[in-house]
Amino acid sequence: MRWYRSSIGKKVLMAASGLVLLGFVAMHLLGNLLIYQGPDALNAYAKKLRDLGLLLWAARGGLLVALVVHVWTSIALSLENRRARPQRYAVQRTRETTIAARSMLVSGVMVTAYLVYHLLHFTFRVTNPDISHAMDRFGHPDVYAMVVLSFQQPAISIAYIIGMAAVCLHLSHGIGSACQSLGLNDERTIPAVAFIGRLIAVVLFIGYTAIPLSVLAGLVTIRGTLP
Amino acid sequence: MTPLMKTLDSMVPSGPLPQKWERHRLTLKPVAPADRRTYRVIVVGTGLAGASAAATLAESGFSVECFCYQDSARRAHSIAAQGGINAAKNYPKDGDSVERLFADTIKGGDFRSREANVYRLAEVSNAIIDQCVAQGVPFAREYDGYLANRSFGGAKVSRTFYCRGQTGQQLLLGAYQSLMRQVHAGQAAVHARAEMLDLIVVDGRAQGIIVRDLVSGAVTPHAADAVILATGGYSTLFYLSTNAKGCNVTATYRAYKRGAYFANPCLTQIHPTCIPPHGGGQSKLTLMSESLRNDGRVWVPTQPRDMRPPRDIPQAERDYFLERKYPSYGNLAPRDISSRSAKEVCDAGHGVGPGGLGVYLDLSDAIARLGKPVIRERYGNLFQMYEQITGENAYDSPMRIYPAPHYTMGGLWVDYNLMSTIPGLFVIGEANFSDHGANRLGASALMQGLADGYFIVPFTVADYLAGVSPGHGRADARHSALAGVRRSCVADAPEFAEAAGGVEARVKRLLGVRGKKSADAFHRELGRLMWDACGMSRSAEGLTRALARIPALREEFWDDVNVPGEERDFNQALEHAGRVADFLEFAELVCRDALHREESCGGHFRVEHQTPDGEAKRDDERFCYVAAWEHQGEGKPPLLHKEPLVFEHIPLAQRSYK
Amino acid sequence: MKLTLRLWRQRSARDTGRFEQYQVADISPDMSFLEMLDSLNEQLCAERKEPVAFDHDCREGICGMCSLVINGLAHGSDRGVAACQLHMRRFKDGDMITIEPWRAKAFPIIKDLVVDRSAFDRIIQAGGYVSVDTGDAPEANTVPVPKPAAETAMDAAACIGCGACVAACPNASAMLFVAAKVSHLAKLPQGQEERRRRVRSMVEAMDREGFGNCTNHFECMAACPKSIHVTFIARLNREYLKASTRRSSEDIH
Repeated sequence: MRWYRSSIGKKVLMAASGLVLLGFVAMHLLGNLLIYQGPDALNAYAKKLRDLGLLLWAARGGLLVALVVHVWTSIALSLENRRARPQRYAVQRTRETTIAARSMLVSGVMVTAYLVYHLLHFTFRVTNPDISHAMDRFGHPDVYAMVVLSFQQPAISIAYIIGMAAVCLHLSHGIGSACQSLGLNDERTIPAVAFIGRLIAVVLFIGYTAIPLSVLAGLVTIRGTLP
Repeated sequence: MTPLMKTLDSMVPSGPLPQKWERHRLTLKPVAPADRRTYRVIVVGTGLAGASAAATLAESGFSVECFCYQDSARRAHSIAAQGGINAAKNYPKDGDSVERLFADTIKGGDFRSREANVYRLAEVSNAIIDQCVAQGVPFAREYDGYLANRSFGGAKVSRTFYCRGQTGQQLLLGAYQSLMRQVHAGQAAVHARAEMLDLIVVDGRAQGIIVRDLVSGAVTPHAADAVILATGGYSTLFYLSTNAKGCNVTATYRAYKRGAYFANPCLTQIHPTCIPPHGGGQSKLTLMSESLRNDGRVWVPTQPRDMRPPRDIPQAERDYFLERKYPSYGNLAPRDISSRSAKEVCDAGHGVGPGGLGVYLDLSDAIARLGKPVIRERYGNLFQMYEQITGENAYDSPMRIYPAPHYTMGGLWVDYNLMSTIPGLFVIGEANFSDHGANRLGASALMQGLADGYFIVPFTVADYLAGVSPGHGRADARHSALAGVRRSCVADAPEFAEAAGGVEARVKRLLGVRGKKSADAFHRELGRLMWDACGMSRSAEGLTRALARIPALREEFWDDVNVPGEERDFNQALEHAGRVADFLEFAELVCRDALHREESCGGHFRVEHQTPDGEAKRDDERFCYVAAWEHQGEGKPPLLHKEPLVFEHIPLAQRSYK
Repeated sequence: MKLTLRLWRQRSARDTGRFEQYQVADISPDMSFLEMLDSLNEQLCAERKEPVAFDHDCREGICGMCSLVINGLAHGSDRGVAACQLHMRRFKDGDMITIEPWRAKAFPIIKDLVVDRSAFDRIIQAGGYVSVDTGDAPEANTVPVPKPAAETAMDAAACIGCGACVAACPNASAMLFVAAKVSHLAKLPQGQEERRRRVRSMVEAMDREGFGNCTNHFECMAACPKSIHVTFIARLNREYLKASTRRSSEDIH
């Protein structure tokens, strides 16, 4: 049997692809935070990314592969796990597990749905064409305006905050779990790894949700950030 | 014509004691490697003795079929041994040697064991440790990485190897894993949830067994060229004991009824350090490792019926009775002596806890001297177990302990080759009588089980097989789980059908009584009876009374037992009822043996035979022999045969632990 | 104490099974949980009903035979003990107790609360041993084993094979069981020769038996009567990865 078809192999693939996606989420946040430096910084960053050309597409391809692997293994493992216990307990209590761990499938589906919406919204710009095709004073797509105008609509902001909550929930189990699956734990590190995993998840949540909240609070406006 | 008592030949080879086994081994005939696969050996029981024998025989090429009543070979009751295993390695350089281990075991057994067997046991003890270490048994180690030892009840040297409180389990897993390796290799098969209910003897040789599949209820014969019984002891005869609920005498008792002699059935061991009984509904007693006696002091209040909490009883009002009576060994006195002393003080009204059945085992001095963390590291799991069972914290107040039936030195009689009086029937481990005499020392049961299984019986069985042609046992390919083992023909000897029919008829009879009392109720009653008449102290009067009561109880059983459920089904009540039925017969043999042995030795204490200060008084003039009982048929008294015991190396002496 | 028991009854593997309710009275707090079931069985026997089948043997928490899910927890609410060591003082008069068997595809029910755990034996057969024939062993102290390694090996070896890890796992995974044996032998010098082959074949056997996958809920550790730690699962993952991705001399033969 090829190792990646085994139960542990699939878990390893899931963990590795998850960590790749985590890396993307973290980098993405660093880019987003440029919004606090005003429209020019963010739009220039967006242009720089687009100018990468083939490299960008390679990165996108890599992320897509990671995503497919992550989703495929999660479906395969979930099906196997369901089959492993054909008859459920009438009463089942738990002692160690967390809500995050129990809801990985639900949070995973939510994250996927959010991802689709997010791509349609900002990348393919189909959900709100009215605000997503502006150009800035250098003739570049005005990402800054697109973000600010979007988040000024509470419905969109709320959708993003919910999406990020799902990501946070998913990661708060996922990061520690990935380390365990990759065999990186020992007796001393296990609580630390779980804690750091949750910390990263929370930091990402705060970082991401700060943006729509800042827009809604009027701290970030179409003209730039308030001093 | 009345049958004649025979003097049994133990087949002990001649020559000087230290060379007997080595020389004997050279005379044992091997079987040609290519022929080994054609021989089938049945091993009943997968404890230390059974699993190690099965694995070793399979490794050497024989086809092995194992049977156990548990759901896996790994669960045999050897697993519960906590303390350790002895070996004469002399790693701590405290003067230990094969000779000393041999002498301690002979003396510990109160001169009722066979010198040559015990010497061999001491001799192979070191190889057991080597073997187990190579298998990956995680023995305790010192900081330098070498094996650690501790001292154990009844020994003045540190020769006990241990794996925390789980030595039995770890050694068994070593043997079980070796057996699983042979199953993987196709050399052995394990039939779990299968109980042997009869032995098949054809042409005077053991040639198979009758087995009831405990899941389907099907009764099937299994043929073989040799049968090894490794079915453990019968302490559950007393109902409450430290043994597992499933332990029973059925396999050895059935073999007895087929002609194997039963030796010294009355020699049973009552272990001193068990958690006292709590009363109603109690199903078993739990052992606390004897290792606690290394750091604990045993005492009772000097005032009878002193109800004060132990902490409030001043030192002057405590009787450290083991230290007082046996200043040399103190709290480490052998098990029989410690148990009897505890019973004496309790009988005199000094007992503590519910019903006055208990003495204190106090570790507070050790806690004060070494600190709680050290004690926790040494005995943490025991303290935890004690708290779980009693709800009391033993760090704050001393544990209460009371003796409980634990081990049976008696068993089927075997010669030096571990073969019973039925050719082809070998008996190993606790199931035989051989090595512990009248009292077993701590940490020597594991040693004996593995010595028999790894290093003795594989040679002697091979020697036996070399003298018979394979497939002689008319096997039945249908029931062989081993592919490729060709048997000459299906079990067509009438003995197979007769034995299977007998087992089925008995099962039907048990189910057919439809009385009012459960088998468990009868077992409880029998247990109480045996504990009173044939427990820690025995008298002619009590034994005679028991001998009158047992047949009546047996009759009541067959009139009034209620065994629910069906024959062809998973039926635990039926399993248990069959075992109780055998106990109801066997109990009589135990009492008869106890009555006939008019002396006190080791665990057998006859109140009529004691020294003025209450110690056991042996009678070497009249009883320096192994009593082996032969079944004479239903309703007839068994016939006593004697194997005289000769002590050439350790002069017969009254034991003294004072 | 008086208690109401809601018990799983199932005639055989083919039967569908259902819960049945029973009342038991006169239960003393000093009784063990299994003694309470004994007393129910005595009662059923007196009423000429069939007793409840449940596995048990040593009743001191070491044989691994008992296998009850009590109020939704494998081996009941006390940590670090098997069901046989659970005592009735943990319950209150009038309590209702739900008792179910281990539930996993790889542990088919035989009857009532009794399941077939032979899958564990087959996993061990696949490689859970050191291949050393009797009599081939070198002197025991030839190879010293550092105390910490021996201690860790013992921590892992403490597994009693009861299957509570599978029963408690939301995915019915046997990872803790396999991890314990793999770690025990991988930690010792004696286990090195077959280290890679062992982990590969044991994991393969585990997958064949139809156990689920570990998704790191750590419920196994909470249910384990020997409190075996989930770091051994991380170690198993590591061992498996190393063994699968690197070729070694073991693969030649």
